[in-house]
Amino acid sequence: MTTPYQQPPQPQTPQQSPQWQGGPSAGYTSPIPVRRAHLGDALASEWTKLRSVRSTMWTLGVMIVLMLGIGLLTALVISTVSSEPEIPSGQEVLSLGFFGVLLGSMCVITLGVLTIASEYGTGMIRTTLTACPSRGRVLVAKSLVFFLLVFVISMVITMTVSALQLSILGAQSPDGGAWLRATAGVSLYLATLGLLSLAIGTLIRHSAGAITIMIGVVLLPLVLAMFMFSDSLTALREFMFDYSIPNQMAAFYSDSIRVSGPSGWEPLWILLGVTAVAMVAAFFSLDKRDV
Amino acid sequence: MIEVHGLTKRFGRTVAVDQLSFQVRPGVVTGFLGPNGAGKSTTMRMMLDLDNPTSGSVRIDGRHYRELAEPLKHIGALLEARAMHGGRTAYNNLLCLAQSNRIPASRVTEVLDMVGLSAVAKKKPKGFSLGMGQRLGIASALLGDPEILMFDEPVNGLDPEGIHWVRNLMKALAREGRTVFVSSHLMSEMALTADHLIVIGQGRLLANTSMADFIQENSRSYARLRSPERARLEEALRDEGFTVVEAEGGLLEVDGASTEELGELAARHGIVLHELSSERASLEEAFMRMTAESVEYHAHAGPRWGMDQPGEDRRGEGV
Ligand SMILES: Nc1ncnc2c1ncn2[C@@H]1O[C@H](COP(=O)(O)OP(=O)(O)OP(=O)(O)O)[C@@H](O)[C@H]1O
Ligand SMILES: [Mg+2]
Repeated sequence: MTTPYQQPPQPQTPQQSPQWQGGPSAGYTSPIPVRRAHLGDALASEWTKLRSVRSTMWTLGVMIVLMLGIGLLTALVISTVSSEPEIPSGQEVLSLGFFGVLLGSMCVITLGVLTIASEYGTGMIRTTLTACPSRGRVLVAKSLVFFLLVFVISMVITMTVSALQLSILGAQSPDGGAWLRATAGVSLYLATLGLLSLAIGTLIRHSAGAITIMIGVVLLPLVLAMFMFSDSLTALREFMFDYSIPNQMAAFYSDSIRVSGPSGWEPLWILLGVTAVAMVAAFFSLDKRDV
Repeated sequence: MIEVHGLTKRFGRTVAVDQLSFQVRPGVVTGFLGPNGAGKSTTMRMMLDLDNPTSGSVRIDGRHYRELAEPLKHIGALLEARAMHGGRTAYNNLLCLAQSNRIPASRVTEVLDMVGLSAVAKKKPKGFSLGMGQRLGIASALLGDPEILMFDEPVNGLDPEGIHWVRNLMKALAREGRTVFVSSHLMSEMALTADHLIVIGQGRLLANTSMADFIQENSRSYARLRSPERARLEEALRDEGFTVVEAEGGLLEVDGASTEELGELAARHGIVLHELSSERASLEEAFMRMTAESVEYHAHAGPRWGMDQPGEDRRGEGV
């Protein structure tokens, strides 16, 4: 603390600028060495937070059980029921993973929201932001740690489930592109959906509220589309159906270019775009609002 | 050093903090005093850049809070509400804070030891008592061994031993040359710990003075008299030019008079006295007088409860 005192740049310059007196103080100097903290330190901190609460273990545990359990169960049921020699194609087998992923996404949503909203619930956010006043750094650290954790777990599970399903049903391995979409594609999509939840959690600041909104976002368009009988609504109905999140997930498992709706990797780009917008909004909310 | 300049905060139509300007200096304990709802916590939140001021600004050692790279090494704060995750162990709650500021993990064990929570380091704060929660908050404030410490009602919920500990801790921290800023609504508590006093009421600065000056100015000394011939005594006192105040229970209070002169006066007039004593108004009374106009939440010790309970605040009406 020997650097000469400089007048700092003042964010909101008041009309009559006050005479600040305090420089690095001559009062007390701590023996603990000062090394500039950076994003890496914020990442370490967020990783500690994530691994040290039970809700992380619960949500991820349930997600793993759902994805593994449902994937294997469907494969086993099909292998016992259909005794015909007709072997399903590799692509068909991969798509058996869909229901597990759809249900697993509910866990990802929950964890994404809790990552930040639980801090508002407990008051921890105040401590977090006094320790790291850069809102951007906190949001980036939280997002990155959460995204990577969900992506890695989903990747391992989708690969395991796909491999097991193929061997149970004795199907031929599908081509590399299909593999990639059903594992990396689906995992990236899940992790991004989690990020969207994190952004909504930051905006809403209330766990139950944000989780409800996210479940609505995932399921409501599909459900509404099912009840739109009127002919005049056909176009809207088709659109809502095609672009509903479950249908976007299903696109990762389909081989053909579909007539309508997103196909191939398109769902991921759509979701990334939506999430980017939500994240920008979340940042401004975190930056401008009182904690 | 903390500097506050023209700080104002409005929540809708309530003005919580109104044009506050003061400095908190190193080396002394500065008490921040005000009745409920005076704006103490709001001011402290603005100092930590948690709430945005409507106008005005705060500097920590000459810098804006957001310019501090490792704020915990400059300023440690105990906030009013429990600001920890209840489901994360005490150790991990502090560890994640330490990591974000590059503070070695060994320091976590050290501060837990300092506040006497080593035994429950691996327990979750969810199950902590009020006082244990408060100690954990103090531990988090001490984590970065900062030059500035800020405590929002630190003795809240502590037992006598704990209160004693906090008092000594604050004094010791100030003696080491640190800036110590403590809020309270108990004047008596501040009289024991603070060297300097900042009093606010309804968000406005009412006093910014050293503790010694405050005591000097505000502790009124007076004599108390009780007599079966009260009316005659009162008349005799008035005749001799004393200011007499009628107090409860048929007592008379005379400002700025010694017991000697009053005793002699009574003897001269042949008035029987049952009591004659010299009293000093408590600082608490001085504080209450000072903030009387600005107290937002008055207790209504009316006949509805049928008992006389002054001093106990009840938030809002229709309780
Ligand atoms: N987030 C908020 N939204 C609206 N009003 C608020 C908010 N925070 C504080 N206030 C109001 O601002 C005023 C000051 O509150 P504050 O909590 O700062 O008082 P305090 O001095 O800390 O009181 P206490 O001694 O009871 O802790 C009160 O009238 C309160 O109702
Ligand atoms: Mg308060």
